[in-house]
Amino acid sequence: MKRAGVVALNTFREAVRDRVLYNLLFFALLMMAASVIAGQISIGIEQTVIVTLGLSAISLMGLLISIFIGVGLVSKEMDKRTLYAVLAKPLRRWEFLLGKFGGLVLTLAVNVAAMAVGLFLALIYVKPELERGDATVLIAVYFIWLKLALVVALALLFSCFTTPLLAILFTAGIYIVGLYVQELRNMPMQMMSGGMTLFTKWLSFLLPNFENFNIMAMAAHSRQVPGTLIAQNTLYAAIYCAIVLTAAVVVFSRRNLK
Amino acid sequence: MTAPAIETENLTKEYPHGFLNLKKRNSLEGLNMQVETGEIFGFIGPNGAGKTTTIKLLMRLIFPTAGTARILGKPISDIDMHRDVGYLPEQPYFYDYLSAAELLDYFARIHDLPATVRKERIEKMLQKVGLETAGKIQLRKYSKGMLQRAGMAQAILHDPKVVILDEPMSGLDPIGRREVRDIILGLKHEGKTVMFSTHILSDAEMLCDRVGVIVGGKLRGVGAPEQLVGVKAKATEIFFELTGQSAAPLLAKATRTGDRYRLQVPEAELYDTIDQLRAAGAKILSAAQVRATLEEFFMDLVEADRAQAAAVEVSGK
Repeated sequence: MKRAGVVALNTFREAVRDRVLYNLLFFALLMMAASVIAGQISIGIEQTVIVTLGLSAISLMGLLISIFIGVGLVSKEMDKRTLYAVLAKPLRRWEFLLGKFGGLVLTLAVNVAAMAVGLFLALIYVKPELERGDATVLIAVYFIWLKLALVVALALLFSCFTTPLLAILFTAGIYIVGLYVQELRNMPMQMMSGGMTLFTKWLSFLLPNFENFNIMAMAAHSRQVPGTLIAQNTLYAAIYCAIVLTAAVVVFSRRNLK
Repeated sequence: MTAPAIETENLTKEYPHGFLNLKKRNSLEGLNMQVETGEIFGFIGPNGAGKTTTIKLLMRLIFPTAGTARILGKPISDIDMHRDVGYLPEQPYFYDYLSAAELLDYFARIHDLPATVRKERIEKMLQKVGLETAGKIQLRKYSKGMLQRAGMAQAILHDPKVVILDEPMSGLDPIGRREVRDIILGLKHEGKTVMFSTHILSDAEMLCDRVGVIVGGKLRGVGAPEQLVGVKAKATEIFFELTGQSAAPLLAKATRTGDRYRLQVPEAELYDTIDQLRAAGAKILSAAQVRATLEEFFMDLVEADRAQAAAVEVSGK
């Protein structure tokens, strides 16, 4: 486990040195522009505009990092053959995978936290006195981070057995479908055949439900988030990540490195 | 009796290829080989012979189709075995955003070396491979030879008992090759076992206690270099100086450089030839036995393998 931590810290260092955190600069500029414009054009709903825009930007930037860097976590190492010397050390393949996952999730945590600070600064600019309900924004950011961890796990799994391009497509595809899992569950089943009903039902439970992590509307209106939702989402992300990572380990442990 | 440092038993690797991966191509066929403790073992063969496949199998980077292997008595599936083994990949490439010192620190942490030992060991290794002044430069700025040196440093960083090097001289200039040779000999003096693959036969001849020759995925011969090529001299080379042309029939067979000549004669004709040369007024500078080289032995095997492959292709079997 200690060795997985060593790999995680190195993955974090790689992300920092590859200038992944430069997106923060873009986010800062976006937030500054948004707070100035929102103050001028949206009378009375500045907070809603800033929070919605800020959380959407955090989610989008996080997704881009999770998918593109997540897919490269293993495939880049295989392509460049940096993996050879690493796996010849007393390091189990699952430790390596867990370390890579942990490193990117840590990078995302730092990234998302820094963007959350930027969002709060913009919020203070349009609304100098913060309320207790504004803390919901923090919970929304936490949920985005959980969602991103899940996306990283999926990207890692796909990159273990397919090409980087296909892994990007699969991960992005599952993310998009995962946003509509609730709609899939609410489909009028009586109009479908028995087999199709069963398939749709299973699929809706098999796919990750990314919409669970979206509380943007609650955050924009400073509504309280129930504690059970926080616990439920945390547990859901942890269990789903564990299952996906286990599958990735099973695939990667049998893979011949060309 | 000491257990061999490296031991393989019927080690086989097939790669699927063709439509739906239905065909199989043998990259390594039933390799039975032993590398004794404390020796330098050279693994030689042409490109695609199966050298790197064997090494990758030993390091568990790929998995065998059949057979087993043990290093220091432990099965290669045992992760603890890697604590005592150092490995240099072929054409090594490392994280280019790290400096050599950072790379070594990363690997030392994976080996769980304590902080105090790490610092001292890293400095020592950088010095050993001649990178002490470049240790803080990012690896993306390194030349191929410098990367090879960094690779050597990481392979021996944790003081392993067995060192496996895949083409360690590749990409190095003559000075670098000499330094790597010295490191390999140094490791032997420290009692370590070194196995390295190469296609530079002079290096193998110079360094190895024993060599294994692999051609077409099959081990074709194992033994001391002089044992493999045979101890019997195949001819004697006479080196002499002559100003006139009085020994014309002999001179026709000789190689000339100015007034000096080299002439290879069978052992049975040696004394007769010397007498004739002396009679013609030649000054004999030296006479030395000519032995078959490892290169000749190697080329014979490769040619035989190619001929066999061609015959199989023609007969369709």
